[in-house]
Amino acid sequence: MARQNPATGETEAQGDAIVAVPLRHPWRISIAVVLVFLLALFIVDASQRPDYGWAEVGKYLFDRRISQAAWVTLTLTIYAMVGAIILGLLLAIMRLSPNPVVKSIAWLYLWIFRGTPVYVQLVFWGIVALIYPVFTIGIPFMTPWITIPNDVFTNLYITAVIGLALNEAAYMSEIVRAGLLSVDEGQEEASTALAMSWGQTMRYVVVPQAMKIIIPPTGNEVISMLKTTSLVAAIPLSIDLYGVSRGISAVTFTPVPLLIVASIWYLLFTSVLMVGQHFIEKRFSRGTGRRQAGPASETDPAVAAVTAAPLGNDLGGKG
Amino acid sequence: MSATPMVTADRISKSFGSNNVLRSISLEAQAGEVLCIVGPSGSGKSTFLRCINHLEKIDAGRLFVEGQLVGYREKGDKLHELKPKEAALQRRDIGMVFQRFNLFPHMTALENIIQAPMRVKRIPKSKATLRAMELMERVGLGDKADHYPAHLSGGQQQRVAIARALAMDPKLMLFDEPTSALDPELVGEVLDVMKELATSGMTMIVVTHEMGFAREVADSIAFMDGGVVVESGPPRELLGNPQQDRTKAFLSKVL
Repeated sequence: MARQNPATGETEAQGDAIVAVPLRHPWRISIAVVLVFLLALFIVDASQRPDYGWAEVGKYLFDRRISQAAWVTLTLTIYAMVGAIILGLLLAIMRLSPNPVVKSIAWLYLWIFRGTPVYVQLVFWGIVALIYPVFTIGIPFMTPWITIPNDVFTNLYITAVIGLALNEAAYMSEIVRAGLLSVDEGQEEASTALAMSWGQTMRYVVVPQAMKIIIPPTGNEVISMLKTTSLVAAIPLSIDLYGVSRGISAVTFTPVPLLIVASIWYLLFTSVLMVGQHFIEKRFSRGTGRRQAGPASETDPAVAAVTAAPLGNDLGGKG
Repeated sequence: MSATPMVTADRISKSFGSNNVLRSISLEAQAGEVLCIVGPSGSGKSTFLRCINHLEKIDAGRLFVEGQLVGYREKGDKLHELKPKEAALQRRDIGMVFQRFNLFPHMTALENIIQAPMRVKRIPKSKATLRAMELMERVGLGDKADHYPAHLSGGQQQRVAIARALAMDPKLMLFDEPTSALDPELVGEVLDVMKELATSGMTMIVVTHEMGFAREVADSIAFMDGGVVVESGPPRELLGNPQQDRTKAFLSKVL
């Protein structure tokens, strides 16, 4: 029997080391082999099939029209997401407000914009300039004082940004709301007790902590938005990546190579975004102790209970 | 003529729904005094404390800090609720320490301490930092300024929380069971800081279960049960010779 030597703390004798036959997993290997074989078969076949037109792919991948269209897709994504995040933050705060009027407005917005397809919304924004050709200011049903032509919705690019942002804001507001709700109540209380105003409490205490919860799903939304921009064809705007690829293929009668070209660009962007998201997440996990391993991350259980904020459970709630 | 008491509670009541948490509480704390509030859990001690800096609204009675009505303005015979800004102004002079510390986890100890002076009092960062370092020294954590709360022990966190409250130069400090969430061996370091604070003349209202601390430091002790102050007086009298049966029953369990 092994005994501890109180002087050295070492065990005087050790039990026999375990030498056992490891559990075999024959199915894992056989399935993997079959899948790799099938994949190889597909690649070999695809490389020879004329429909894929690999020469065409190479020709159009760095075509100036394509790279310009990729730039349009990227800026559409950025503008739409920035708009959606700002509006989403506003809507989230409105929904958490004690004012029932403000709360209802936010709820109604969510109900409409999350309850109808984004494609349908984009078609609507595309024809809104026909419904409202001018903006007027004045007393209703009287001759207006000022008449401004509707230049906003006649510009299809701006229409696309607005249409995408308005739809996305509904989703962003739920993400932001879940983040704000996840911050421990004691934080707001401590900040209030220090005489900080509600605005300061939100800005310096609650929102920075909510970011940890908000950022991962927001990264998801950015990636999703990048692909949703292909729906601007509904407006119809055709200067984005998908629109231009389709335009070229309509002339050259080579749809598949251009789909591959567009997909490669989309994949490139989403891959870069994934890397970016990783670094942002790291930045906002400051002070949680998760970042540093080892003894430094040991926390008092009571503290862990405070800092490990409960995840918002209202995400995707009744809208 | 005696000076205005730091805190005057005049028959205040508070209920959450049908639950009457405070029932006509009257208490006074003089400037420079340490008032300890003891009693079983659920007796309304913490709620009373939270009313003093208006984290909770009272339903009846009047509550004054330095002769000033808390949370309301009296105009004629009517009370007007204060705007959030005015309520915040009243809180500037009242520090609060919580049972679960409530440090801001995304800031270092130092950043925790300088927030309110910078944001509320608009003190420049360099000046606030100097003062914060003094306070960190005072609570015995001069070398921990750059640590995040998660990397400090419970006792250290609570001491940072005390320094954070002191950074606003309060006239009154409220302690809401400051040692209840701590491991037993960490209680002493926090109580030592509080004793030092009491000796320096700070007015303190302390909700606590530490009877030893209350006996040693308090100028007066109030025993609360079921939302009322059952008995209050100097420690020697209240602990040594309690008059009420409920006080006797409680003390026999905790002493």
